[in-house]
Amino acid sequence: MTAVPLRLPRRLVEFTLDGQETRVPEGSTILDACRAAGKDIPTLCQGDTLTPKNACRVCVVEVEGARTLAPACSRRAEAGMTVLTDTERARHSRKVVLELLASSTDLSTTPRAAEWLKEYEAKPDRFGPDAARVNEEPKVDNDLYVRDYDKCVLCYKCVDACGEQWQNTFAIAVAGRGFDARISTEHDAPLTDSACVYCGNCIEVCPTGALSFKSEFDMRAAGTWDEPAQTETTTVCAYCGVGCNVTLHVQDNEIVKVTSPHDNPVTHGNLCIKGRFGFQHVQNRV
Amino acid sequence: MDLRFTGAAPSDAERAAVDALLGPPPSGWEGAAERTDGDLRWATGGASAAKDRRDQLLPALHAVNDRVGWISEGALDYICRRLTVAPAEAYGVATFYSLFSVKPRPAKVLHVCTDLACAARGAGALCGDLRSEFGEPGTPVEGAVWQESPCLGLCERAPAALLLRAGGGPAGEQPTGGTSRCSAVIAPATAPALAAATRSPATAPAEPPAAAAVPQAGDPSLVLLKRVGTVDPASLDDYRAAGGYTALRRAFALGPAGVIREVLDAGLVGRGGAAFPTGRKWQATAQQADGPHYLVCNADESEPGTFKDRVLMEGDPFALIEAMTVAGYAIGAERGYLYLRGEYPRAYERLSNALSAARARGLLGADVLGQGYAFDIEIRRGAGAYICGEETAIFNSIEGQRGEPRSKPPFPVEKGLFGKPTAVNNVETLVNVLPILERGGAAFAATGSGSSTGTKLFCVSGQVARPGIYELPFGANLRDLLGLAGPAENLRAVLLGGAAGGFVRPDELDIPLTFEGTRAAGTTLGSGVVLVLDDSVELPRILLRIAEFFRDESCGQCVPCRVGTVRQEEALHRIVDRTGAGAAEDIALMREVGQAMRDASICGLGQTAWNAVESAIDRLGVYK
Ligand SMILES: Cc1cc2nc3c(=O)[nH]c(=O)nc-3n(C[C@H](O)[C@H](O)[C@H](O)COP(=O)(O)O)c2cc1C
Ligand code: SF4
Ligand code: SF4
Ligand code: SF4
Ligand code: FES
Repeated sequence: MTAVPLRLPRRLVEFTLDGQETRVPEGSTILDACRAAGKDIPTLCQGDTLTPKNACRVCVVEVEGARTLAPACSRRAEAGMTVLTDTERARHSRKVVLELLASSTDLSTTPRAAEWLKEYEAKPDRFGPDAARVNEEPKVDNDLYVRDYDKCVLCYKCVDACGEQWQNTFAIAVAGRGFDARISTEHDAPLTDSACVYCGNCIEVCPTGALSFKSEFDMRAAGTWDEPAQTETTTVCAYCGVGCNVTLHVQDNEIVKVTSPHDNPVTHGNLCIKGRFGFQHVQNRV
Repeated sequence: MDLRFTGAAPSDAERAAVDALLGPPPSGWEGAAERTDGDLRWATGGASAAKDRRDQLLPALHAVNDRVGWISEGALDYICRRLTVAPAEAYGVATFYSLFSVKPRPAKVLHVCTDLACAARGAGALCGDLRSEFGEPGTPVEGAVWQESPCLGLCERAPAALLLRAGGGPAGEQPTGGTSRCSAVIAPATAPALAAATRSPATAPAEPPAAAAVPQAGDPSLVLLKRVGTVDPASLDDYRAAGGYTALRRAFALGPAGVIREVLDAGLVGRGGAAFPTGRKWQATAQQADGPHYLVCNADESEPGTFKDRVLMEGDPFALIEAMTVAGYAIGAERGYLYLRGEYPRAYERLSNALSAARARGLLGADVLGQGYAFDIEIRRGAGAYICGEETAIFNSIEGQRGEPRSKPPFPVEKGLFGKPTAVNNVETLVNVLPILERGGAAFAATGSGSSTGTKLFCVSGQVARPGIYELPFGANLRDLLGLAGPAENLRAVLLGGAAGGFVRPDELDIPLTFEGTRAAGTTLGSGVVLVLDDSVELPRILLRIAEFFRDESCGQCVPCRVGTVRQEEALHRIVDRTGAGAAEDIALMREVGQAMRDASICGLGQTAWNAVESAIDRLGVYK
């Protein structure tokens, strides 16, 4: 979260969350309130550094008096509201959303997906062996990163990070419509022919592993990716005066990927190509 | 913004089409072929200028598509340079709309409706004939290609087809730029008629007048349809001689607050499907401190089986222009957008003509009727996307973004078009404002029943003797309406409200056609669709068509709808020839998916995509 600049303290909003009187700062989402209260609501398209897009609908909760369920990630808490997070109805929608996703996309690299599928007793197989899938081959356009849209849940986070919200590069957008919608460059051109500047900020926000470092992609393919064996070291990028934080993920004494802390008040997890991918010199052992 | 282009060059025709819309490029920065010394010294354009032009993206894509028939890399690049739009974004927008193609295709595209009303009246056989004559849909033959289409809004003349030809006016005429497509409506269609029209679009037989869709035309009891067929839709003088523009004069006499009061007194509720009180919407918009305020007329009419707005716009275009002026005045807007379905070429022509006539006479412009009120209207054409009729998707579409619905709150009255307070109203809703002002809100409210006041337009199609638009006072029941239209002998079911509506049985014809009456009966009036099916129709196939429609038209933004509509269609496919225990498992599966779509989808499309199928299962017992 952003370090708070000087301003008047925010007013508090009082509402009922699962029967408990709850007070949160004005402007907080229902999800903020849930997390503050220690409730675990599944989320996929929500990102701590981005404006909620509320596209995945896995976080829905019941707001008393509303015809439909509300996305916790974006609906703001209002005074007097009564919210129920764990009703039959909310759990049903979460379960079906997970089933719909798991039956059409590859969630094998989505953190926590397996756990949620189990928790909600989701059975993606019940749509049958002929259920349509996204069916995309990984796009390996260069040595830096891979776009494996078979794993994409279309959360829009990479688009928002590449475009308006962070990088202002607009190399990718959603193209097509409905089930055929895909993240794409213009005319589906390779990244190398697009406006991409390889900042990798899309990888930073991707919640599914659809976007990954080529190093990670190759190691997964070879079966050598071993997350528990990795260490993470946060340091300062040495290339320029901005002084971004970089977190080096190291396995067997090799840097396997680079992330950046989202709570950095200046960079919010964003890097440029040098900080993100320019780590080879660190491990040139001649 | 990092603009990077592929370097593909536009053809002369593509460049001319875009320049006809946007004017010649002011500098090399915006795509001029020659770079001047000045260009090399001063950079122009930039992100903030680009923001103001983004809404020209859809018109620019139309310009190229109308002229060339598809949008090439060079054309897309050129549009992006002209408007400072990132090519990836423009590509995302171009691929959102079904009337555009980013792959080469012939200039002539024949859209053959296979939707509900047409399916009930022979579209299947027609497509069979086309297959044997021209091959599978999508196969180019002799400079033309045919494709299956969702409802074309021509249901009274089913089966219907629409031919769009890029690049030319009448045969032999060389277009000079701008909108230059030619169109022909062939309905009711036969394969030979389609073949002839496709070969020579300019010589296709003329369409019957709009009044042909109004079996009651000329009946003195008509209110909304009274001028259709009796007043020349091309003549402002005729419109005025028939009482046109008295409502606007009355509006100026009442003042904006007075107009809103009349509309509140009249009890008018929206006719676009959601039945929201119009007066309250206007009041909420008028009260916003932020400005400017906008009016958007929703003329995207794409709900399968709906064609009332088309008949109003083709048959009485000045009425809509006048009504929009009144609405704009009431809510304090100086600008109105008329978002017109892309598949309505004749309505586009008639409305464009009406707009220029009204402007020429000072009925639009800087000083409307000399009352010191400035108001003008711009038509924006949709490009083949049902979802753009959703009230926030329409904003994104006008703004040059993908037509995806926004999440609410904030509501349009607060943050609508361009982020400003906006009232969105359906065509029929707006036209009701004229009788309200002419006769007074209370007199208007005297017609009708309960909280449904005034009259309602019904789009009757399917197996009836006299399909068309009927106007009846609220309170009439389904039996009365079918009595007028001449129902099928072996009535099997009636679909109320379109694909997002619900089926009722032949023994339920006493359902009053009011908002509360249909709600009490567990169904909906929706947009006024009354699709009549007899027992010659295979209901499971109709359901499958409904499911296909939602699968095709889902914007893809949210998971329950994007994937749920696909799973629903798959399940209906599996049980198309099954009943009883053989269908039970898939029905249970659809119920679960349907519940999640209804509860967790972002917008009305996903929320209603299971309604009609559910009603067919529960009310009609289709798979019993
Ligand atoms: C998927 C979808 C499509 C819609 N299409 C239309 C349409 O084509 N025309 C229309 O007037 N309203 C349409 N609506 C309803 C609009 O969202 C909105 O309620 C209406 O335009 C408001 O006008 P009214 O108050 O005059 O009815 C649609 C809604 C949804 C969810
Ligand atoms: S690639 Fe990743 S970040 Fe982008 S939409 Fe897909 S899942 Fe989201
Ligand atoms: S990541 Fe890029 S911007 Fe940040 S310090 Fe390193 S070189 Fe500078
Ligand atoms: S419900 Fe369907 S059409 Fe509406 S936002 Fe979601 S995906 Fe798009
Ligand atoms: S025009 Fe064919 S169903 Fe409406």
